[in-house]
Amino acid sequence: MSTATASGRATSTSAPRLRPSQRRAQVLSVLKHIGLTVLSLVMIYPLIWLIVSSLKPNDQIFTDLGIFTTDLTLENYAQGWTSQQLPFSHFLLNSAILSIGAILGNLISCSLAAYAFARLRFWGRNAFFAIMLGTIMLPFHVVLVPQFVIFRELGWLETFLPLIVPKFLATDAFFVFLMVQFIRGLPKEIFEAARIDGAGHLRTFGQITLPLMVPALATTAIFTFIWTWGDFFGPLIYLRTRENFPVSVALKGFIDAQSSSNYGAMFAMSVVSLIPLFLAFLIGQRYLVKGIATTGIK
Amino acid sequence: MSALGELRTMAKGRGSGRRDVRSKNPDNKAGFAFLAPWLVGLVVFTIGPMLASLYLSFTDYNLLQPPRWTGLDNVSEMLGDERLWNSLRVTLTYVVVSVPLQLIFALGIAMLLDRGMRGLSFYRSVFYLPSLLGGSVAIAILWRQVFGADGLVNGFLSWFGIEGPGWISHPDFALGTIIVLHIWTFGSPMVIFLAGLRQIPEMYHEAAQMDGAGKIRRFFSVTFPLLTPIIFFNLVLQIIFAFQSFTQAYIVSGGTGGPSDSTMFFTLYLYREAFTELDMGYASAMAWFLLIIIAGFTAFNFWLSRFWVFYDD
Repeated sequence: MSTATASGRATSTSAPRLRPSQRRAQVLSVLKHIGLTVLSLVMIYPLIWLIVSSLKPNDQIFTDLGIFTTDLTLENYAQGWTSQQLPFSHFLLNSAILSIGAILGNLISCSLAAYAFARLRFWGRNAFFAIMLGTIMLPFHVVLVPQFVIFRELGWLETFLPLIVPKFLATDAFFVFLMVQFIRGLPKEIFEAARIDGAGHLRTFGQITLPLMVPALATTAIFTFIWTWGDFFGPLIYLRTRENFPVSVALKGFIDAQSSSNYGAMFAMSVVSLIPLFLAFLIGQRYLVKGIATTGIK
Repeated sequence: MSALGELRTMAKGRGSGRRDVRSKNPDNKAGFAFLAPWLVGLVVFTIGPMLASLYLSFTDYNLLQPPRWTGLDNVSEMLGDERLWNSLRVTLTYVVVSVPLQLIFALGIAMLLDRGMRGLSFYRSVFYLPSLLGGSVAIAILWRQVFGADGLVNGFLSWFGIEGPGWISHPDFALGTIIVLHIWTFGSPMVIFLAGLRQIPEMYHEAAQMDGAGKIRRFFSVTFPLLTPIIFFNLVLQIIFAFQSFTQAYIVSGGTGGPSDSTMFFTLYLYREAFTELDMGYASAMAWFLLIIIAGFTAFNFWLSRFWVFYDD
């Protein structure tokens, strides 16, 4: 990278000799890029180390902390895959089922509620809306014990239902809010036209609103996926037998049984568990960035 | 606008509440039909359980026998429970240190990322990625090894001849590693700040520049004041969420909250009381205590905001 093009502003002057102020701006710009690059490396280095270590023979992980090695092996992956009694694919499948259930639930229930809040005028709307916003901030611990009792009474312990059914009842209010914001941003004329054409609310919702809010639905789907895939607390209390474990709880098995200290296998399966999140990041980065920018919540 | 911003405008009686209250509600039927799933969820999974756990707070309940009313026993037990106060201290330290540090970091980096600069999307991606992965068990496991006795951090320190301690197993440092993990996830507030910075009209900066304001002066007189509402909303929400952190402390300490209870977060202690000790009444009382603390912090933040948050409207 040449210094002349380092800063967007500096390129506009093609004069060979630069004034001192421009020179200083260029130097600052280069310094900034160096700083940001170093920071990027520091941020990413643990992840690279994780991946490289997962490919190293077990006895080399902590004796050589560098990331440049020629001695690569997939042995850790083979060992890790079977080290938790069930093959790791079993836990991946459980996580996938939980994620798909949660995504479907959030997409359906949150979009219905959002349409009501954004487009319909009914008794108590503002009060309900305020309550909905309040529940985003409510620490879930105050509902934890009674919810556990409810699911226990229903005989739903050791099933995926406690982690999926609430999603079909729009308990993730964050997404309701995200979709309300999105629908409010749609041009009003579209809804006027639909009404004049005699479309009822069900049709306006299904045939007009939903297709227009695909970006918001995508954001919801990706965020729900990332949160459900990573969720640890819910599965920890509702799923206590190994065959029901999702990836997050299965990984915990590696630190419980640290006496074996098969770090390579632990790193390998950590990498496996992160791959779907990374793919979601790659595919959905655009939606994620927009989602958090419009709602102001992570 | 953020969720909090929405609440604020509603409280002031503007925004979406601008319609005449007595005007007809033409969509009553459709409205409640569309809202039905959410309403059921609200009653069954939020309001009902909230009331139930409030009741359970005054009982002795172990899941197996019906709850037994014990009045204020749980409260007086909490007052004398040293482990609980320690867990509250640990949590408060975590919240008060990690949230502001993360936000300062996020704001600082967002300021460096100029509009249209080279490599902007690269930097943004690299800084944002950790915040997506940071909540996962895998990263917490990685953290145990990065800060382990012969981990990455000590390997780096050994270049300079420094022999670092086992950060994770040392009571003075274990909490610090979780704080570092939180700061590592500064990407998501950074993206919010980036969006906020882009909304500041260019002409404000130009006007300030014409008046002879330098870069630092422009930051404190233009950028920062206009950004304060976003900083404030992030601060409030991040504090609320940080109080509820669980996974990282659980995994980093191997589920024990150790060493010497130094990573025993309030939520971790609550989890153990509820699901290891099966003391559901006590755990419910703790949960309500947590709610009160969080509400108190939020109220204090709102009060404090009068002195530093600037609203353009």
